[in-house]
Amino acid sequence: MDDRSPYLHPQFECLSRSEIEALQLERLQATVKHCMNSPFYKKRFEQIGLKPSDIKTLDDLRKIPFTTKQDLRETYPFGMAATPLRECVRLHSSSGTTGNPTVILHTQKDLDQWADAVARCLWMVGLRPDDVFQNSSGYGMFTGGLGFQYGAERLGALTVPAAAGNSLRQIKFIKDFGTTAVHAVPSYVTRLYEVMKETGVDPHKDTKLRVLAIGAEPHSEEQRQRIEKMLGVKAYNSFGMSEMCGPGVGFECQEQNGLHFWEDYYIVEIVNPETLEPVPDGEIGELVLTTLNREAMPLLRYRTRDLTRVLGRTCPCGRNHVRLDRMRGRSDDMMVLRGVNIFPIQIEKILMSFPELGSNYLITLTTDDDNDNMTVEVEIAEMFTDDYSRLQTLTKNVTRALKDEILLTPHVKLVAKGSLPVSEGKAVRVVDKRKVYQ
Amino acid sequence: MTIQQLSIFIENKKGTLLSVLNILRDAHIQIVASTISDTVEYGIYRIICSNPSRAYTLLKEHGMSVTISDVFAIELDNTPGRAAKAFETFAANDINISYMYSFLLGNKGVIIFRTPDTEKTREIISLNKMNFISQNQLNEND
Repeated sequence: MDDRSPYLHPQFECLSRSEIEALQLERLQATVKHCMNSPFYKKRFEQIGLKPSDIKTLDDLRKIPFTTKQDLRETYPFGMAATPLRECVRLHSSSGTTGNPTVILHTQKDLDQWADAVARCLWMVGLRPDDVFQNSSGYGMFTGGLGFQYGAERLGALTVPAAAGNSLRQIKFIKDFGTTAVHAVPSYVTRLYEVMKETGVDPHKDTKLRVLAIGAEPHSEEQRQRIEKMLGVKAYNSFGMSEMCGPGVGFECQEQNGLHFWEDYYIVEIVNPETLEPVPDGEIGELVLTTLNREAMPLLRYRTRDLTRVLGRTCPCGRNHVRLDRMRGRSDDMMVLRGVNIFPIQIEKILMSFPELGSNYLITLTTDDDNDNMTVEVEIAEMFTDDYSRLQTLTKNVTRALKDEILLTPHVKLVAKGSLPVSEGKAVRVVDKRKVYQ
Repeated sequence: MTIQQLSIFIENKKGTLLSVLNILRDAHIQIVASTISDTVEYGIYRIICSNPSRAYTLLKEHGMSVTISDVFAIELDNTPGRAAKAFETFAANDINISYMYSFLLGNKGVIIFRTPDTEKTREIISLNKMNFISQNQLNEND
């Protein structure tokens, strides 16, 4: 591809709406047919008497039941697969902290398509083979690592798998390698900037940084602008989820007015999370995605639980792929803190394992100096000691147990019995005071 | 040799101390000594009072997080050096003091304290013929 082209895949990126829809129907029909190789979907279609040939228009998609994370858990590990395992080359899995883990399988073709999608996103925001792309996100099971790695390599950028952490080394790489682009969670970008300041590195003068891909953690427009100003870069919002491969599902173009979701890869629906009926453009609802070109594990009408809205279906950038607003929250109670997904039930489970603690607790999320923090207030059950040190030890042990579970260190605060809302009924367990949802 | 102490978990919030005091006042329970240390988020309010078991039940009924425990209470002449002498004895016998506070009962000083090794402390107090006070002496004030 000519470096001067704004599009890596003009044949897909520049389709008209009607061309997109025609392609989607063709791919949807193929996907549904292929789904009959998946034990899960085969059974589900048989149960409701639906045949692949019943899908004649895009609207017929609504005849297909939703797929949920619970379905993925119940079919753990391989019950969703639509290709034999010997054709799969990669497995990603979420942590199983709230039940069975979920497993996503990939064939080589799936991985290629995934790399293409990420490469398309990075090309869209101006990266070219001359760029040096430093991926400062976690690797391993976290799909932001390998996803961006293969995508940036596919584009042809010199790609540095720096992974997360060790800020001094990250900054040294940025300086020494002439890094022009970084992918990281927004709170880590802020951290990097703080360490630059402490060590006398001026990002404007001492680095060649110009593009940042930020995602995996909710952040506000103000936070983005702050990041852009402090580092002298353009920061683009990235959306991905492991169930949909990982990064590369949605990405902002240079207009920075919503994320383009690639409709040659996915059918995007926004539904009311209560009624599950579609909501009109502009109205906030739950994002539902159907994969259109996946082999190993196609997913039909997958409920992401992320809340967003359609901003538009055209864009001055020339791409007619639907533009969605940054994520506005969740339709379940999952919290995303510093890129880590946490359910209140995980915290509850740990708290309840301490007999000294009562059953009432309150989780408060705050943004302090650009860092997201969690405070867990929990009532003590009965006063079990006359000794401070035992209360302190309890606090310490609870903190450590929570950290083992959610991988972050919350601030644990013991409170008196009866001072928190009771657990009967619909008690508020999470208060999110972070700027992003204000 | 030991007397009963109430320990109440109180949050560092306006009015929490007062609500404990009001409950005891309404029940005509007299506080003989009390102490509270400051921590950032919560404190333990320790109370020596008349009729501690009734106080305990009452506070519990009012939803307070309270525990009742035995603490040592030794009586010392109210003259300089007496406390030092007593604690020299404990130190010589490797007994740590977890916490302590003191008050006057009549013209005698009373030192309340807790140690990690209750049995050993009992022995030392007996062997050294230290004067201790009993719960009855406190209830007499009722």
